[in-house]
Formats: sequence, structure tokens, C-alpha cells
Amino acid sequence: MRIYALAVYLFLYIPIGIIALFSFNAGKHASQFTGFSVQWYGKALGNPFVTEAFQTSLTVALSSAVLASLFGTMAALALQSVKGKLRVAFDALIYIAVMVPGIVIGIATLIALVTVFDWLNPMLAALWPVADAAPQLSLGYGSLIAAHGLFSMALVIIIVRARVSGMDRSLIEASADLGATPWGTFRQVTLPQIFPGILAGFLLAFTFSFDDFIIAFFVAGSQTTLPIYVFSSIRRGVTPEINAIGSMVLAVSLILLITAQSILQRGRKA
Amino acid sequence: MMRPRYRTALFLLPAGAWFFAMLVLPLVVVFVFSFGERGPAGGYVPAFTFDNFLNLGSRWAAFKNTLVLAPVGTFVCLLIAYPLAYFLAIRANAKWRTLLLILVIVPFWTSILIRSYAWIFLLGGQGLPALLNALGLGNPRLINTPFAVLVGIVYGYLPLMVFPIYVSLERLDKRLLEASSDLGCTPARTFFNVTLPMSMAGVATGCMLVFILLMGEFLIPAMLGGGKVFFVGNALVDLFLQSRNWAFGSAVAMALVLVMLITVTAYMRVTRRWAGGRDDISLM
Repeated sequence: MRIYALAVYLFLYIPIGIIALFSFNAGKHASQFTGFSVQWYGKALGNPFVTEAFQTSLTVALSSAVLASLFGTMAALALQSVKGKLRVAFDALIYIAVMVPGIVIGIATLIALVTVFDWLNPMLAALWPVADAAPQLSLGYGSLIAAHGLFSMALVIIIVRARVSGMDRSLIEASADLGATPWGTFRQVTLPQIFPGILAGFLLAFTFSFDDFIIAFFVAGSQTTLPIYVFSSIRRGVTPEINAIGSMVLAVSLILLITAQSILQRGRKA
Repeated sequence: MMRPRYRTALFLLPAGAWFFAMLVLPLVVVFVFSFGERGPAGGYVPAFTFDNFLNLGSRWAAFKNTLVLAPVGTFVCLLIAYPLAYFLAIRANAKWRTLLLILVIVPFWTSILIRSYAWIFLLGGQGLPALLNALGLGNPRLINTPFAVLVGIVYGYLPLMVFPIYVSLERLDKRLLEASSDLGCTPARTFFNVTLPMSMAGVATGCMLVFILLMGEFLIPAMLGGGKVFFVGNALVDLFLQSRNWAFGSAVAMALVLVMLITVTAYMRVTRRWAGGRDDISLM
């Protein structure tokens, strides 16, 4: 039994380990390790396409995670006191947002936004005070953030709501009885209790957006995120430079995930 | 001070608007477009026709691959995941259990792109085949085969299968197992008569989650199937980004969602009968 478990863990981690190992390979091939070198990291970090894609990914992940955490937490708190049809509708939306495959979300967002933009752009041009200077709506940062924010928000609502429902409600009543204002109660009683949930939700949302390929592939417009760059480089052939980029991406998500997990676990015990 | 009712509405507004603009509206557009026609230069022309749905047969190969490899992949995941979940929930040292569980879940949240790339690297010409060749074991072709796609699927989705099964096994009252063995059952009989039936809810949840996500998979077949083993997801990418046939693409997407809905509903029915209610599981 133990040996079996060990074998599964090896299956899960050896491929990741090999990616990391061969990112330090001096030679080019996966079948032989010809010496230690960090040249591929230098090459990856010196590649302007990589740094630009990294910046795009970082901007999108940060913005979508911040917005999702804020609006998701607000919704999770408000949903406590909502019952009836509105509650059912929200639950259904959260469920659909999580369950509909990313690829369907991606194409649906693409065609909906392109259609809406095609319709709005002429109106915008006609209404704009300065002739021929009207901004053109197009796919890019905005659509990436909005599309990633959707899944992230559903995620934050699920996680924060679990914390909210596990919260000791008598503390809130006690705080109100002792004369605290609703805002004071929120800041001093509710927020400290749900904060681990918000933080974990934020980290997961960031990781999701930073790693997402399929939704970004459709809605990125002229922007290139890091996963899109990696995908198109892999199509041109396997190189140790991709291993170096991959190792860095994995390292970023591993650090964030372990942080999120330990926050959630500590929250469960407390 | 604001009345609580208005405050609730105000708090729900941003999320509600976001869900409407980025989820409800796009899905309605896909539904409407699926009855339309392709424009001369691609895109969409309004129309009301069922031609796109009648034409679904032309993408039968993609549906067939998906409907074969998704259940097979789910089943292989289950076979590998169950013993591990059993070990974690019942046999593992309580001190290490949390860490071991985190180690299973973490890969699921790391980039599936990089993890699939790892298998291109391992199964590609310079990886395992070259190693096997050097050992004199022949030079099998591994990459761009259904086998490679299956390996990628199992690698990608194993964590998602382990977690719900673990949850249901962990909740199981361990005294039942003792009672069963005290009453003279062999370990095998205890397993098949007590443990397995009581973990069926977790098994069903895990299978459903993995199956749903596999139905919409694009990356794994694109990277490890090399255009030979393609899923509905790959057909969708082709229709929307290459041939720009939005109307037909929408119909394919609708068909995909419909197949998923039917499967999920059927699954839920069966699960209810097995276990009297679905295990509420979280993905973390």
C-alpha cells in the first residue's frame, strides 16, 4: 500500500522534476544530461517576448484576482441574507461559471464581445466630439481581465461563503449588543474571521489566471500571455529555454499554492 | 445608515453585473448564433436554420474521440486514484495526512500546459524512446498517439479524482470496518461489502468532475495527440480561430454542453440512488 502510494507520488512529481532538472542542462537533448548550466534561464529572461508576455500575464492575473476578491467577497457576504429566487439564481450562476468548460467560456466571450464591439464602435465614432479620434473597443487587457475575473469570482464566492457560514454568529450579535456600529463590527469581528478565506481565494484566483491558456487563447486579441507564448513556442519545437520558463512558472504557482493551502488549513483548525 | 436591503443589493450588484455580461450574455449569443449562418468572410450572418445541427455529423470523429477517451481516461484515473485515496484516508499516519493530501492537490492547480509539456519532453523522440533504444528495447513511437493523450489525461486529472474519494472515505465511520472484521469478514469482504459501497458518492463525484472537464479538453490532445487524436475542443478551436465559422462552431459548442448536461443529470440520478445525496466537495 505504501509502495503503491509512493509510486503514484513519483508519477505525479517526476515529470515536473525532470522539467526542472533539464532546465539546467548544458546540452539540448532530453535523453542526456551533459552538464550543469543556467544559460537557458539567462536566455529566457533576456528574451523580450518572454518578459513582455510575463508582464501581460502578471497584470491580468493581479487585476482579475483583486477585482474578483473584492466583488466576490461582497457577494458572499450579501448572499447570507438573500433567500428565494435571487439566491437560487446566484447559486446557479456560480455553478455554471465553474462547470462550463473553459473552451466554451472562451468562444462564447469571443463572439459576444466581438459582436458587441462591432455594434458599439460605429456609435462611439459618431458620438465622439473629435472626428476620427474615437477610441476603438477591441479584445485585449480588458477582455482578459473580465473573462478570468468571472471564474475567479465564482471561486472566491465559494471559498469565502464557506468561511462565512462557519463563522460564529454570536460574536456579531455580541458586538452589536456592545454598541459597535455595523462597520465597526465588520472591521473588527467579521473581517478577521473571513480574511483567510479571502486571501486563499485571491491566491487561487491569481494562480488560475496566471496559468490559464484556453480562455486567454480566445479573448487575448493582440496581447500575448505567458501560457500563449509557451504554447506557440512548443509548436515550433522543444527547447531547454521552454523548460526554464516552465520551471519558473511552476515555481511561482507552487509558492502561491502552498501559501494558500497553509492559510486554509490553519483556518480550518482555528 | 443605509437600510440593509439596499446594502445587500449594492453588494450583489458588481458580481451580478459581471455574471450577466461575461456569462449569461455570451452563452445566449452562442445559443442564438448556433441557428445562424456563416458570413462570406467568416463570422456570423443572422438566420434561423437547423443546418448547423444537421451538419454536426461532419465532426463525428471529434465527438467519437472525446466520447471514447473521456470515459476511458476517467476510468483509468479512478483505478489509480482509489487505492491512493484509501491509503490516505484509512492507512496513512495522521501526522502526515494533511501534507500528503496537499501534495496530491497542488499539481492540479499548477499549469496544465507545463505539465503536458513535461510529457512531450518525456515521450518525444529525445526522451523515453531514445532511452529505451539505448537499452536495446526497441524504439517505440509514443508521442502523438492515443496512448500519449491518455497518459496526459491521467496525469492532469488524477488529483481531481483522488480528492472526493478521499473525502468520502475519511467520513466513513471506522468502527464499521472493525465491526465487520470482528464479525468474521475477510478484509476483501469488508472492502466490497462495507468500504466500497460507502465511498460510492465520492467515486461518483470524482468521476463526474473528471469526465466533465475531459469533455471540454483541448490542450492535452493538441499537445500530445499531434493533430491525430483530436477532441471536440480541438474542433472548436479550428472552427473559431482558423475557418472562422462561428455559426457552425456555436452549434458544436451547444452539442458539447448538451452532451455534458445529459451525462451530469444521468450521473446525479444514479448517485442519489447509490448514496442518498451528493457529497459536497470543494476543489481545495
